Amino acid sequence: MLDSADNTKKMSIIITKGTLDWAYPPFILGTTAAAMDVEVTMFFTFYGLQLLKKDLDLKISTLGNPAMEMPMMGMHMKMPNIVSTIPGVDRMATTMMKNLIKKKGVASIPDLREAAIESDIKMVACQMTLDLFEMDQKDLIDGITLGGAATYMEGALESDINLFI
Amino acid sequence: MADQTLDAKGLNCPLPILKAKKALKGMQAGQVLEVLSTDPGSVADFAAFCNQTGNELLKSETAGDVYTFEIKKT
Repeated sequence: MLDSADNTKKMSIIITKGTLDWAYPPFILGTTAAAMDVEVTMFFTFYGLQLLKKDLDLKISTLGNPAMEMPMMGMHMKMPNIVSTIPGVDRMATTMMKNLIKKKGVASIPDLREAAIESDIKMVACQMTLDLFEMDQKDLIDGITLGGAATYMEGALESDINLFI
Repeated sequence: MADQTLDAKGLNCPLPILKAKKALKGMQAGQVLEVLSTDPGSVADFAAFCNQTGNELLKSETAGDVYTFEIKKT
């Protein structure tokens, strides 16, 4: 798919967040760009590295997110921060979100990640974050490369679109 | 008449596009892919997709809740 004769469009995305909700923008944009013949590099750093784990166990948190309203029992519910601190609330919110995702025909994150791999998106894991959080590359999916800021910059400098999410 | 039909009804963004791309990959140039979708966003999305990839959007129609697209692979 990647012609090196170059009018190929390129995009890079830096992914810094590792929650279920924030996993969507980078994977949706990355896979869609790849479907539109854009050469995509996704650079996972800090909490974003969670999205590369073999065992995905992504959660959402209602804490500090006053814009989050979830449909529940016929209404839209907001969570006061004090509620978010009760054990089990994030788990419950995550389950609700996953149910909604299914019900509304939205792709799951594992499916989107699979699509990203299938469409040859280059995935780079931040080496420094692996060291910092004492993560093991063995716990990450196969086919990713390790790199640092200079690796990112090299790709970003020749990209048409660079996103930070 | 389409050579292949993709039923993407009930699927949300970006699945209709991703599945269409996958289907087109397995087709020959000149063949036509018909896509059925219930995602209102897919009207603008398939226009953009075809515009960008160079595939030809032969048809974009709405009947009730179902959107029908015909894409000719180039």
